[in-house]
Amino acid sequence: MIQTGNLSARLGGRRVLENVSFQAESGQLTAIIGPNGSGKTTLLRALSGEIPCSGDLTINGMDSRRLKPWRLASMRAVLPQKTSLSFPFTVREVVALGLTGGRSGVSGGEVVALPDRALRCVDLDGYAGRFYQELSGGEQQRVQLARALCQVWEPVLDGVPRWLLLDEPVSSLDIHHQLAIMRLASEFARAGGGVIAVLHDLNLTCMFADRILMMRSGRLHACGRTPEVMTDSLLAEVFGCSLRVGMAPGAGQPFVLPQSVHAS
Amino acid sequence: MLLAVVFLLSLTAGASDASALAVIHDLLFREVDGLAAYERIVILEIRLPRAVLGMLIGAALAISGAVMQGLFRNPLADPGLVGVSSGAALGAVSVIVLGGGVLASAVEFLGTHALPLAALLGGLATTLMLYRVATRRGETSIATMLLAGIALGALAMAISGVLIFVADDQQLRDLTFWQLGSLAGASWVKIGAAGPIIAAALIACPFLARSLNAMALGEAAAHHLGIPLQRMKVIAIVVVAAATGASVAVSGGIGFVGIIVPHLLRLLIGPDNRYLLPASGLLGAIVLLLADAASRILVAPAEFPIGIVTAAVGAPFFLWILLKRRGVLDL
Repeated sequence: MIQTGNLSARLGGRRVLENVSFQAESGQLTAIIGPNGSGKTTLLRALSGEIPCSGDLTINGMDSRRLKPWRLASMRAVLPQKTSLSFPFTVREVVALGLTGGRSGVSGGEVVALPDRALRCVDLDGYAGRFYQELSGGEQQRVQLARALCQVWEPVLDGVPRWLLLDEPVSSLDIHHQLAIMRLASEFARAGGGVIAVLHDLNLTCMFADRILMMRSGRLHACGRTPEVMTDSLLAEVFGCSLRVGMAPGAGQPFVLPQSVHAS
Repeated sequence: MLLAVVFLLSLTAGASDASALAVIHDLLFREVDGLAAYERIVILEIRLPRAVLGMLIGAALAISGAVMQGLFRNPLADPGLVGVSSGAALGAVSVIVLGGGVLASAVEFLGTHALPLAALLGGLATTLMLYRVATRRGETSIATMLLAGIALGALAMAISGVLIFVADDQQLRDLTFWQLGSLAGASWVKIGAAGPIIAAALIACPFLARSLNAMALGEAAAHHLGIPLQRMKVIAIVVVAAATGASVAVSGGIGFVGIIVPHLLRLLIGPDNRYLLPASGLLGAIVLLLADAASRILVAPAEFPIGIVTAAVGAPFFLWILLKRRGVLDL
């Protein structure tokens, strides 16, 4: 479980997170949604230990700011929004950086093959020998996800759940890969790990998120199970446009049709 | 292999035509009558220390370049950039110019050690000052550090400039030769002073390799991967300051080795620091020995300052790399 209590953060003298309190359970996919500049990425960076923050922050019951970097790295992997690379590494070398901490969870001989397995998971089979800098934005994003997967390959290690913190994991992907990557994240959660993802696509959020944290101006505006948060009124309050949330027949999942703005 | 060959070449080359092979033969078989004592002195007391010092400095310069580039995430970073070389130079210039005046008693007391020690202190002082300026709340911002390094380097050069302005003719000659860089003054005493510092820095480097690899993804991603960022940065900075300071102290400013060697190796064996750092050490040693041999052979029996040789070969080569890889490198 990742739990926060009155989590606040300042960047350049400005309060960018204010008293955010929630808990995210392992075995679930928790989505962070909200308009641009509402503090979604800041929240994720605070959770990953990247920026200083005040308040309580525990990961699997331990104060994450007291943990040594390698302990923290054995419990959570992070996919940033964008990663630039300063030297011409190959795709396999970049993915293998995920093995730096040595706590992937697979045994001895299998570790060598792990980068290639991870690349297969993100549908980049055969890309291992290519230069990272020569790939398209979406492909680079999937390489980084493969790297994060290598770091916490087993969703549960020694009885402790591990976490994937994903910042807009599907933002530059085509629809096929959006679905594939979201399914991958969802499977990681089903296997006992925890996933917290910043998402912009409301429909993908409806499809895959178990719970939603809805951010607005650095505060947690609403949180709860997906159907509880995905409502006409909350969407109007947070995004400032009157969207109509429908219910997909059969699946029982809500969906949001942008065209509904004109209808109302 | 190549290093051994170049090492022998370096022993053979020079103003005197003493043969290294003859001396080695002599040493091995104890043929007392085989060799003039004068030849033995040339080889053992002049060329051998020069070759050893050249290897140490070549390795130190190349590895500090590679470490700095990994730390700054920029293939153009170099110890010269963060003012370490300028700070060391200020230390040396102070001794040369003020040695007869204000600092007379200190220089007299330290004797031949005065120059290397002052340069070393200058380098370390610059690095420490730089670190204090660039570190806030335990975090070192690399951009701030680069800019502060440029400012500190300019300041050190300005102070050096004032000292040079008041220097007399003989001091100016000494200064010019020292600034251009030379291995001519190599002696076992200098190796004793600079060697251990350089050796310690070289030994620390392999421990930085994995951290520097992770740094290629950026500070945040390195942190996510479990790298203790602050500790790693401090080690890297001290390693670079020590290796560069000690090198500049005994040989003056020798440019381009720290940029060219890691660059060339990245093209050949890739950017993985686990291989890049040791390979840089080896190739750095080879390159500097070659440059030194060239500096002695080209205008024998006189010699060029080695800094001219490395710059004359290194600068065009560097421009060529830039032009060729303009599209790929994210500068």
